[in-house]
Amino acid sequence: MADDSNVYYTEGLPVPETPDPGKEPAFWEQTDVVGKRTPRVDGYERVSGTAVYPSDLKLPNMIYGAILRCPHPHAKVKKVDARRAKKMPGVRAVITGDSPVAKGLKWKYRSYTGPLFDAHCRFEGEVVAAVAADTHYQAWDAAHAIDVEYDVLPFVADHDKALSDKAPKIHEDGNLAGTDEYERGDIDKGFGEADLVLEQRYETQCELHTPMELHGCVANWDGDRLTIWESSQGVYAVQSDVSEVLGMPLSKVRVVGHYMGGGFGSKLWPGKYTVLAALLAKQSARPVKMILTREETYLCVGNRPANTMRLKAGVKKDGTLTAFDFDCIGPSGAYPGGGTALVDWLVRDLYKCDNVRCKSEDVYINAGVARPFRAPGHPQGSWALEQMMDDLAEQIGMDPIDLRLKNIPAVCQGRGGIPYTSTGLKECIERGADQFGWKDAVKRAKKQNQSDSHIKRGVGMGACVWFVGGGGPPSTVVIKLFRDGSVNLNMGASDIGTGTKTVMALVAAEELGVKPGVIQIEHADTGTTQYATPSGGSKTVPTESPTVRNAAIDIKRQILKMAAEDLDEPAADLDYEGAEIVSKKDKDKRIKITDVSRLKKRGVVVGVGYRGPNPENKSVNPFAAQFCELEVNTKTGEMKVLRFLGAHDSGRVLDRLTYDNQVFGGIVMGIGFGMTEFRQLDVNQTGKLCNRNWHDYKLPTALDVPVDMESLPIEIDDPEANNTGAKGLGEPVTIPTASAIANALYMATGIRFTKAPVNPIEMRRHLSARKEG
Amino acid sequence: MCSEHRDNDGAGKGGMTRRGFMQIMGTGAVGASFTGAAIAAKSRPAPPEKILEATDAVKIRLQINGVDHAVLVEPRWTLLYVLREAIGLTGTKEGCSRGECGACTVLIDDIPRYACMTLAVEAEGRRITTLEGLMTGEELGPVQTAFLEEDAFQCGYCTPGQVMAVEGLLRKTPKPSIDEIQLGVSGNLCRCGAYNHIFRAAQKAAKLKIK
Repeated sequence: MADDSNVYYTEGLPVPETPDPGKEPAFWEQTDVVGKRTPRVDGYERVSGTAVYPSDLKLPNMIYGAILRCPHPHAKVKKVDARRAKKMPGVRAVITGDSPVAKGLKWKYRSYTGPLFDAHCRFEGEVVAAVAADTHYQAWDAAHAIDVEYDVLPFVADHDKALSDKAPKIHEDGNLAGTDEYERGDIDKGFGEADLVLEQRYETQCELHTPMELHGCVANWDGDRLTIWESSQGVYAVQSDVSEVLGMPLSKVRVVGHYMGGGFGSKLWPGKYTVLAALLAKQSARPVKMILTREETYLCVGNRPANTMRLKAGVKKDGTLTAFDFDCIGPSGAYPGGGTALVDWLVRDLYKCDNVRCKSEDVYINAGVARPFRAPGHPQGSWALEQMMDDLAEQIGMDPIDLRLKNIPAVCQGRGGIPYTSTGLKECIERGADQFGWKDAVKRAKKQNQSDSHIKRGVGMGACVWFVGGGGPPSTVVIKLFRDGSVNLNMGASDIGTGTKTVMALVAAEELGVKPGVIQIEHADTGTTQYATPSGGSKTVPTESPTVRNAAIDIKRQILKMAAEDLDEPAADLDYEGAEIVSKKDKDKRIKITDVSRLKKRGVVVGVGYRGPNPENKSVNPFAAQFCELEVNTKTGEMKVLRFLGAHDSGRVLDRLTYDNQVFGGIVMGIGFGMTEFRQLDVNQTGKLCNRNWHDYKLPTALDVPVDMESLPIEIDDPEANNTGAKGLGEPVTIPTASAIANALYMATGIRFTKAPVNPIEMRRHLSARKEG
Repeated sequence: MCSEHRDNDGAGKGGMTRRGFMQIMGTGAVGASFTGAAIAAKSRPAPPEKILEATDAVKIRLQINGVDHAVLVEPRWTLLYVLREAIGLTGTKEGCSRGECGACTVLIDDIPRYACMTLAVEAEGRRITTLEGLMTGEELGPVQTAFLEEDAFQCGYCTPGQVMAVEGLLRKTPKPSIDEIQLGVSGNLCRCGAYNHIFRAAQKAAKLKIK
């Protein structure tokens, strides 16, 4: 057992006051461990290689799965002949649509339900057959030995053509997946009041998540009980979907996801591969490891849809925005996936404007289905709105920062005018610009651009709000306090690389006075840990951190009651001081927590925390502004991002180290969205995906990011949001990045890049076109 | 991409030629053992005595983290597959299986290599160092310590490769400039985008190693 000096950091420091039963805890006025730069509690595992990711798992007798997928964007499977495959060395199970185990099984894409094996393949990469064999190589040999006859059908892969009469119908009802309309005020009146009206078309390209760890799982049966180790953002979501498909009780499906190698939204749910692994394991009576190939992750586990947008905006000479009119089209893919989800949110909510109309058309195309991708819709909408704001500012002769500051909304307009619990939009822009040295940077750039040098310079910025980011119920957390004072924290939430475990350890440590290092964490296991929704929507910290705090407070209340017996004083008259319980009236009357009789006798005290409700009729949102400076070589088209600053209002910072890491990481991903990444479908000839690997689909590398990156937290007390005052961070960090780059590119070149991404080829094309006039 | 990561496409810097590879395949079949030095030597390659089928098993010896392993492999098995699935050293990660991401970076004779682009039979006789080989018992090595302290990762899946790339860089260039660091890890993708913290960790690791 540990002694007190190893467990507590407090030694006389008070821990936060324990609220009376039924009362909410007070907002932390100051913190001892929360907010510092603390390395991760699971850092050792991750850097030593002892962390076992689902891809790393090897069970006794385990075999390997592989999936044969439809090579056509649109086809009907006429016949599947697996006889050759079944006879191949090492093969232990083969499943096709004709297999009895697969009969009647359904798969859901949001509102759409279809067969698990659908003979009508609506996208390249649809499942046709699955194999399990002794080695990964044998499984692939066998998958390739399955003979399939297809009726190849006409396809549509261009979302702008999906609704044309000539486009083949992907579903019986046609290719319109859904529409969304929004209106407030009167845009005609608004445009009538404007001194300047601008209209522009913008395009963004389809971006693929491609997390470093491939999608996949290991599935194992013990009789009628199924255990799945899945690389996942939410084990309870996987449990729910798998049990639904297989018609099993939730209690018989255990999903474990202790470590996972990134998801960005693409691992919020399981895939068909998860169910196939379970079916193959059942058929072979062996554990099956089913890890997709990198190519498969390009085809069938989600994307950020491409969007074509039109934005018309009206402004008065003094910078007052009078109207926005926004249209957007985007593809869900072959099934409902949210092709235009939230693309219009920034237009609705970011800047004060009384007259707004938005219309979105979500369409089907013959391509992989979209999944939420880090701030769904927002980087696309930002690409349009933030470039438009700069254009408006320029034409009315205002600094782009001043135009934004002129239009800071006091309330959440997108939700009918309810207040935000806190908004740091103004501070993010003002303090961010100040810290960045905006005015000097603009002067420097303009001076350089007046010179003869072919190296041009630009600075640009963008701001944002994120649609949600306040978290909310449900969530349950259990904390165990052992008799030596050390602590076990049990929660269902996944740590997707954002540092969830570390942050939660800090919250428990803050409240209980124990060192974060002595907190052992059990998480992301439906069999042994508490219920949590998937880690996504920038909601894990604001959902789980108040829940952890509540669980810690439950522990403290119980310990106070127990100590009351030892000290013969009412619990209400006692203070919890980390290592000791002390009488408020008589400071000499104290007992070490480890000496509390009932704790010693019981061995452990269990505290349970629940996530309370969010405030009614208020909106909890994070805000941000990002600033960048870059250079363009106008001879070669090469661009170099010189520096970036992210000023983020995500409420209280819980761990500054992981916080900064998140900010920088979001900027890197935004650089990818704005400058390097695009899915290229062969829209005219085959409909197939042309760039299905990291060689042809370029992610930002260490050479594409600026060494000079700065994170400026704008911490605004937000006791209304939740009891830790933390708001989400993981998504806002990537929203305004690309638009800030586009605005800087405009300053450098005078060219308005309305089509993302802007890579050197695109830059060169524009420069040449301008030269030729 | 920096030259250290350009695997298997040249004989320079101890790299391996396609011919050399064919040779090893042949010699593996008759049980002779070539040393890495012999392969690197620019001897005139002899035609292989026997061409193996991809699925014929070959017994090879791999020296991994100072320990000899005798393993039966198919000639087509990559070093990555053998490390992870046959030997159980899962610190080395699989991200793409085609030399794009660097998650599988190991050191072969102190030079960072993609284990997914190296066949296991090619690695016979070479000194292979994986992430696990940087540990002293349960103590982290300096590069690992620096990564932990600087929070040079998020999901941690590219981390073993990043650590090995930095380890390889520092073995060759003990005091790298920031440009050399960027170049040194440019063959290692990090989708979480933790590059800036990786740069800092590399700088710190250089200091820790010199101490």
